[in-house]
Amino acid sequence: MKVSFKVNGAAQSVDVAAEMPLLWVLRDHLGLTGTKYGCGIAQCGACTVHLDGQAVRACQVQAQELEGAEVLTIEGLGRPEALHAVQDAWVEHQVAQCGYCQSGQIMQAAALLDLNPAPSDDEIDAAMSGNLCRCGTYPRIRAAIHAAAQKLEG
Amino acid sequence: MSRLTRLTRRAFILGSVTVTGGVAFGVYALNREPENPLAEDLPPEAVSFNPWIRIADGRITLIAPHTDLGQGIRHMQAALIAEELDVDLDQPELVIETGPPAAAYANRALADEGLPFMTQDMTPLAEISRDVAGRLMGALGLQGTGGSSSVPDSYEKLRQAGAMARETLKLAAARAHGVAVEELRTERGAVHLPDGRALPYVELAELAAELRPRYDVPLRDPGQWRILGKPMQRLDVLAKSTGTLTYGIDLRLPGMVHAAVRLNPRPGGVLEAHDDSAARALPGVERVLPVTGGLAVIASDTWTAFKGAEALECTWGPAAFPAEQADHWQALSDALDAPPEKVWRDEGDAESRATGWPMEYRAPYLAHAPLEPIGALIKVTADRCDIWVAHQFPGMAQQMVAEITGLPLEAVHLHNQYAGGSFGHRLEFENVTRAAEIGTALRGTPVKLTYSREEDMAHDFPRQIAMARAQGTILGGEVEALDLSIAAPSVTASQMSRIGLSVPGPDSQIVAGAWSMPYAIPALRVTAHRAPDLAPISSWRSVGASHAGFFAESALDELIHEGQADPLLERLRLCNYAPARACLEAVAEMCSWGEPLPEGRGRGVAMVMSFGTPVAEVIEVEDTPAGLRMTNAWVAADVGRVLDPVNIENLIQGGVVFGLGHAINSEITYADGMAQQTNYHAHAGLRLYQCPPIHVRVLETGPKVRGIGEPPVPPAAPALANAIFAATGRRLREMPFDKFVTFA
Repeated sequence: MKVSFKVNGAAQSVDVAAEMPLLWVLRDHLGLTGTKYGCGIAQCGACTVHLDGQAVRACQVQAQELEGAEVLTIEGLGRPEALHAVQDAWVEHQVAQCGYCQSGQIMQAAALLDLNPAPSDDEIDAAMSGNLCRCGTYPRIRAAIHAAAQKLEG
Repeated sequence: MSRLTRLTRRAFILGSVTVTGGVAFGVYALNREPENPLAEDLPPEAVSFNPWIRIADGRITLIAPHTDLGQGIRHMQAALIAEELDVDLDQPELVIETGPPAAAYANRALADEGLPFMTQDMTPLAEISRDVAGRLMGALGLQGTGGSSSVPDSYEKLRQAGAMARETLKLAAARAHGVAVEELRTERGAVHLPDGRALPYVELAELAAELRPRYDVPLRDPGQWRILGKPMQRLDVLAKSTGTLTYGIDLRLPGMVHAAVRLNPRPGGVLEAHDDSAARALPGVERVLPVTGGLAVIASDTWTAFKGAEALECTWGPAAFPAEQADHWQALSDALDAPPEKVWRDEGDAESRATGWPMEYRAPYLAHAPLEPIGALIKVTADRCDIWVAHQFPGMAQQMVAEITGLPLEAVHLHNQYAGGSFGHRLEFENVTRAAEIGTALRGTPVKLTYSREEDMAHDFPRQIAMARAQGTILGGEVEALDLSIAAPSVTASQMSRIGLSVPGPDSQIVAGAWSMPYAIPALRVTAHRAPDLAPISSWRSVGASHAGFFAESALDELIHEGQADPLLERLRLCNYAPARACLEAVAEMCSWGEPLPEGRGRGVAMVMSFGTPVAEVIEVEDTPAGLRMTNAWVAADVGRVLDPVNIENLIQGGVVFGLGHAINSEITYADGMAQQTNYHAHAGLRLYQCPPIHVRVLETGPKVRGIGEPPVPPAAPALANAIFAATGRRLREMPFDKFVTFA
């Protein structure tokens, strides 16, 4: 089916199977590979993007639900030369090890800070526990989210 | 031509090439070292330069050949070269590449942990054996990343490579400008003349190529370091924070098709029959191909390939090992009843003196499950193959691709990628060989193979299963005797069998992290009972120490508690290796060990030395109405020399998380020959809400520079079990712990 929606502010139109997950529309049809495949069953959070302002797992959103939607991916959140505050904090705290989960972590954290500009540790735990990091960067993720909150406030 | 000769010739071809308009620098020639026991038999071409630095076409290229699995080694290798070369990592003319697979990049430190010498054994025999093992690794040309050996392997030779290149460039500048070398200095990729003029390296390269390189340049004292030893921003961190780092799974080529596999979920079993009509009927599915152990589906995108693979109807043959989990445990129990393969340590007649408190421990199979599933991008043509994949043994992978494609080794170009994690998974070749089979069948068409998470987990050669029995004796409140018998199949033999090698002699990994425990227990015996091969297994972050460290530090803790001694003070009393003592003392100080704790809290300590690095950990848990919660962790590790204080803290925290998470909630079990855990819902490791604050201190008292990728893992599980005992009085002897207790 044909579906038209916006990705990172730009209009996109794709002709794909109705059930194809947004994850694969982004990766294989739009070439936006910053959004990662990890599990396909909403267990790892590596494919987290914003759909109409909400953090969602792109592996669980089908193409047929996308008509008219606005999708924000890691590529649209910020760029290496123009970082979003969360990305800036991620660089500053050198969070990444393998880095494969970090697009999803950053998108989840950005959505959290949109809703809650100064989250507590417990609120960070609640928001971030669907995002798996196999390298174990959790202590730095926590620190970077607090730092990003301060950056956004300042 | 023998494989060894072929490999060394290849190294020569690579190493001695003078790039057009430039120069290839290198360091270390095996037969230039006078004490080298192998030099006599070396062919002349083994006087190869190892190419770490290439200056050509206006660019300075640093080769960082170890595979970056997330540990940051590509950055660190570049930093080691840059420190002595006097280039800065932000210079625009600098290029950092992994280089092609080559014997010249052999990892000389990879064999150390397999030798029958304890880390603390610095006798001439042990040191000479390590040296010979390193030379053998160099002569064999085994390029490998693993065993926490990348920094030990690189630390001197990459700095030497940088120093030698720097001094040769200075020589070129001195000759061109009639100035004494002593009057020259180097900075930011240029030689500076006394009159203030700067001569960029890139302009001196051609002249330098004609000179005999300067060997034996003394290395700078760490006190003079500009880059090393200070916090660095990893080269990959910006790309990894912006979704712009391209992993193997992200690569695309024009005209590329996508492949997924459906393999016998009973590892080692065959495909007996299949019906692919439903798969082929799916729009976007182009072909279904046979591959070893199953089928591959070729499609227009990854998701369609996955759907096609799911739609295949297959009849699978049985697994090549016992089908039910209970039989695996029985095999280990039987092995413990049988005579040992080797008594690794035997001091003070523990056999007759360790008579009380019989204990039994278990460690399950575990998946590596890195977040980026395995796969590969490959293009095979009539006379060339390119494969893009993250692999820890790139040279072996290249050889396998050559064999499957029928191309000569030189025609196979492996482009090693940043990995989305590994933990040992990328030491295996399943994705590489399947990709080569598919690429050969589709000759001319580039194809990207992506394993679904389910296929990845079903064929993730897991961590070895292991079981131990221990007995001990307390005398006057002190640990008097410990007799520890460990049974496991040989992970080394299982792994090597898949590359056609047999491993002579006992496997040190059955007892790694236990037999060399730096404790002066009056009667101490550690015995390996080698179980028969069961499920095929592979190195999992920290390998044998991941089970044996748990057994040893749990059993010791039990005995200390029986003697009503303090777990940390008694370990300190027993500890007879200074760096390990320093780690125990450091964690004691960091956590104010011994201070009264709130009701319901308990602390456990463990210290394990693996890959030469002692690591002590204290875990604190709280017994809450909702279950056990980890409230704090303190870690001290001694690596001899810290090269990047930020990255090492991150890696240590990650190792603790890895150890704790799997100890709590993960295992692979087999039923009907199949792994019962298929995705992260059943094998997650730690999640963020479960992660305690992890306080890290890194010490530099040890005599050698050591790695850190694996050593923080083994102490985590026993420290947690010991903490749970302290908090609740309940002793956990089997992982995962959530089979027995609830975690909040």
